[in-house]
Parts: sequence; C-alpha cells; structure tokens
Amino acid sequence: MSKKRKKEIEEKPYRKPLVKKRKPNRSIAGDIALYLFLLLVAAIMVFPIVYAVNAALKPLDELFMFPPRIFAKNPTINNFADLFVTMGKSWVTFSRYLFNTVFITAVGTAGHLMIASMGAFVLAKYDFPGNAFFFKIVTVAMMFSYYVTGIPNYILINKLGWIDTYWAIIIPAFASPMGLFLMKQFMEGLPTSLIEAAKIDGANEWKVFFRIVMPNVKPAWMTLIIFSVQGLWNNRASTFIYSEERKTLVFALQQIQAGGIARTGQGAAVLVVVMIVPILIFIFSESQILETMASSGLKD
Amino acid sequence: MKENSNGYLQKYFTLRKHNFKVALKKMKASKNCYIFLAPYAIIFTMFYVFPVVASIYFSFTYYNILEPPRFIGLNNYISLLLEDDIFLIGIKNTLIIAVVTGPLGYIMSFLFAWLINELPRWVRSVAVVVFYAPSIAGNCFVIFSVFFRGDAYGYVNAFLMNIGIIDNPIFWLTDPKWMLPVCMLVILWMSLGTGFLSFVAGLQGVDRAQFEAGYMDGIKNRWQELWYITLPNMKPMLMFGAVMSITQAFGVCDVTMQLCGYPSTDYAARTIVTHLFDYGFSRFEMGYACAIATILFLMMILTNKAIQSLLRRVGT
Repeated sequence: MSKKRKKEIEEKPYRKPLVKKRKPNRSIAGDIALYLFLLLVAAIMVFPIVYAVNAALKPLDELFMFPPRIFAKNPTINNFADLFVTMGKSWVTFSRYLFNTVFITAVGTAGHLMIASMGAFVLAKYDFPGNAFFFKIVTVAMMFSYYVTGIPNYILINKLGWIDTYWAIIIPAFASPMGLFLMKQFMEGLPTSLIEAAKIDGANEWKVFFRIVMPNVKPAWMTLIIFSVQGLWNNRASTFIYSEERKTLVFALQQIQAGGIARTGQGAAVLVVVMIVPILIFIFSESQILETMASSGLKD
Repeated sequence: MKENSNGYLQKYFTLRKHNFKVALKKMKASKNCYIFLAPYAIIFTMFYVFPVVASIYFSFTYYNILEPPRFIGLNNYISLLLEDDIFLIGIKNTLIIAVVTGPLGYIMSFLFAWLINELPRWVRSVAVVVFYAPSIAGNCFVIFSVFFRGDAYGYVNAFLMNIGIIDNPIFWLTDPKWMLPVCMLVILWMSLGTGFLSFVAGLQGVDRAQFEAGYMDGIKNRWQELWYITLPNMKPMLMFGAVMSITQAFGVCDVTMQLCGYPSTDYAARTIVTHLFDYGFSRFEMGYACAIATILFLMMILTNKAIQSLLRRVGT
C-alpha cells in the first residue's frame, strides 16, 4: 500500500471501508468458479466479433492462408481502402449511399422520438377512456416481427404511392411500438406532483410536455434514439426501394460483400463497418440505456 | 318472474347508458390527451394494427396483387395444413428452434445478467457490452459460415479431425442432419438482446433491504436468495423479456437463410418465416402468405399467454 493511501486512511478512517463487506451467504470458491465461468463465456461470445475484425485487417495472402490464423500478422487497412475504391467506381457515389442512410436514420429517429414521446406522455400521466386498451395493443405489437406485417404493409405503401421513396421506411419507423413502450414506462416514474405544480402555475399540456416532462426524461430519449438508429441503420429496405440512388448504405455494402471470392477482403471490411456503428453507439450510451431499461417491466 | 327479469334488463341498460355517458364526458374532458396521442395512434394503426387485420382478411382470399382478391374461404389454410409438406417442415423446424432457443436464450439472458450483477461497476459495463454486442452486430453472424465450412479448411472440421473425433469433414451447412443444430447455436449466440438489458437494469433496482431481511430469515445460499427474493422482484422484467424472446424465437429466418442458403438442402432449414418470405416476395401469392402470417401470429399470441401464466407462479 502506498504511503499516500495509508495516510489518507489514517486521516479519514470512516470514509471508505478498505475491504468491501462480502455478502454473508457467498463462498469464495463459488465466486471464483463463477468468475472463471463468466470469463470463458465472455471469450466465446466475443470471439466471432474479434475474428471478424481481424479478418478485415488481414492482407489478402493471409486471408487465404492455411492453416488460417485468428489474429492478423501484418494488419493493414488495405481492405477498407479497397472497399472505398469499389464504392467509388459504382455510378452512385459512396456519399450518396451515406446520405440516404443518414437521412433515413435522422428523420426517422427524430420523428419517432417526438411522436412516441407525445403519445407516451398522455398514456403515462392521464387517465382517459381507451388508455389501457391502447397500451395493451402496443405491447402485443412488440411481438410482430417485420415479416408478419410485411405483406399488407407493402400493399398499403404501394397504395399510398410511397414505393421507392424514403417515406416507405421513415413513416412506419415513427410508430415503432418498442419506443412508445419504453418511453411510457419511464415516464410513469416521473412524479405526478411535478406536473400538477406546473398546471397550478398556469401551464397548459403543451407547456408541461415541452418544459417539464421532456427535459426530465433525457435517459429515455437516448434509449429511444439508439434503438431507432439501430433499426434504421441496419434496414436494408430492399423490398421498398429499388432505385440504386436511393438505396441504403448497408444494402450497397452487402451487395459488395456478395461479390464472391475476389471480394473476400472487402466483404470482411463491410462486416466490420456494418456492425461497428451500433456497437459504438451502445458503448457511449450504455448507462442511459440501462437507466431506461430499469423501468421496462411489464405488469400483468 | 317475467316482470322481474325485465326490470333487471332495464336496470342493466340504464346502467350501461349511464356508463357510456360518463365515458363520453370523460372523453370530452380529455380532448387534449387524444390530440397528443393522435399522431402516434394514426401511424401505429396504419402500419401495425391494420396489417394484422388485413393479413387475416387476405388469408381467406386468393390474391396475387395484379388481380383483385378473390374470396376462397378456408382453402388457403386447408392446403397449408394438409397439402403443403414444406410448410409442415417449416412448422416443425420453427417449433424445434423456438422450443430450444427460446427458453434457453431467455434463461441465458437472465443467468448472465444475474451473474454479472455483483461485479464491480466498470467490469459490469464491459461485460454488458461483450454479451450484448452479438445481438446488434448486424450480419456479423455470417462469420460462422467460415467456422462451419463443409470442407477440411473449416475451423470446426479441422479441429475435430485433429483430435480424432471425426475422419471426414462434416458438411455442417448443407447436411440436413446438422443444419438446425448449427443454426440454433448461432441464434443462441445472438440471443442476449433487449431482454438481457432489461434484466441487467432490473437487477440493479432490487431493494437491498430485502436481502438483509432475507439473511435474517435464514436464506442460506445464493440460489435461495435468487428464488425467494430476486425473482419475485423481477417479475415485470421477466414478462418483458419473455415477449422479446418469443419474437426472436418465432421470427427466425435471417440466420437460416444466410447460413444454410435459400432454399436450403431438402428444405431442412426452412422456417415458417422463410416460407412466408418465399410465397410473399418470390411467388407473390399474397393470400397464401397471409395465411402463413396469421398462423404464425396466433402461435405467438398463444405462447405469450402460456408463458405469462407460467411466470405468475415464480417465487411461490
């Protein structure tokens, strides 16, 4: 123990206990076994991702080497550079694909946040006929995977004339049930007295919503944004959009990936580009997401 | 006697009328609420409720988009269940996948959330990222097709041949015998998703005082603590996690389609959703595809009901 630390402890003996008190019903052997087990599982979980990243960093000769190596020996970023060149050669530029994805993601997320928060606010804080019923439908709708509703959705979007426009992806994303659900559960934790106080001071519903409620649910904002971005970023939208210049980045990248054995290196790079964005976003906002998820429970 | 029942009926209707009037008044009073909810409600109804209703309607028709839908009664369902052998394979596969990966993924989600709960704060954050990452890693799972390659160059084959368990490489992704197990492995790898996050967050919120009280009352080990204190506190999150697991377990199709090919050998990796995709987006038999969607939808709702009633017994 360093001298400084010793001195610190002598000076303020009750500030922080040196040894954390263990829970009474834990055995040390059990703890160690559990941690080893967790370490092993974590290694298994992370292995494919590590492998994918390394594959993207391998030069071509290493990619086809036998026996294959897990870690790249001479890591390069050639694959990413090649990917950029290939994208540059297509008649739709890389920046156009990027713009498509960013536009869809940004507009879809912003609209979703706004509309879902408005709905969640009244569902959480007001009692009106149809409230509970509507929320129940939303929770059931969380179960529908994209494909179950896909066909009537296609027919509907076709009737609306939105095929081959961004709106075919953006507008349905506004009403994603997961966002409303999380927002509503989080808003229920907000003290009702806060809203009542504002009302007595003469604020109407809109003011309460924008000035009181929204600033107080920032963690839930982040969570909504992240889930929405994840969904929209990974949206290939191949059934709704067929004009090359309106396709999303992920779709274009995966077309390159499907280019066969000559594109092995670039394919590996694509894999990394596609997966790294949601993972990075998650890492930067983990604490806020967890704060929101704490109120995600479903009461029966 | 008759007069009496008439009286009851009358009373019943007056009561109904009264209730209705009260509700109407309440609705008028909460006009603002409806204005707030309206944008969401309209879009939600259009893209989430209407499709389900439309699906049920189209499932009774023959519809190929070009011609208007023609009503054919239960024919779609009859041919699905009695004549379409591939669909029956799909149902069988989906059920196998759902029964294995659904509960297992759910238990894994909870188990790992619970185990990392007592770790120091920063270790826990790292662990959450590590466990959660596979489920948001896009189509990173295609990397498994490298591990499970059918020739001696695949890692798994090479490993098994080196230690002498097998002599010849196994065609993991083209041999009907092995396709499903491999897919299930990959699905399990990806199964720590939103439900897992919910569990991690929920466990942090369990009241510490309850554990102290539990020690006083003679709870001996961590398993008793789990069953009598932690789990009952986690019920709402468990419900939420169950919904998430069902969605995942029944909606399997990306993994099987990208790993085993579409269509797969002997349709051995066909799931209900693959079948739906086939009829809806390749053959454009929308009515038939909608019947598949309706069946899937019913299966999901029933499973959800069953699991909810099961979860009510936790901790008793």
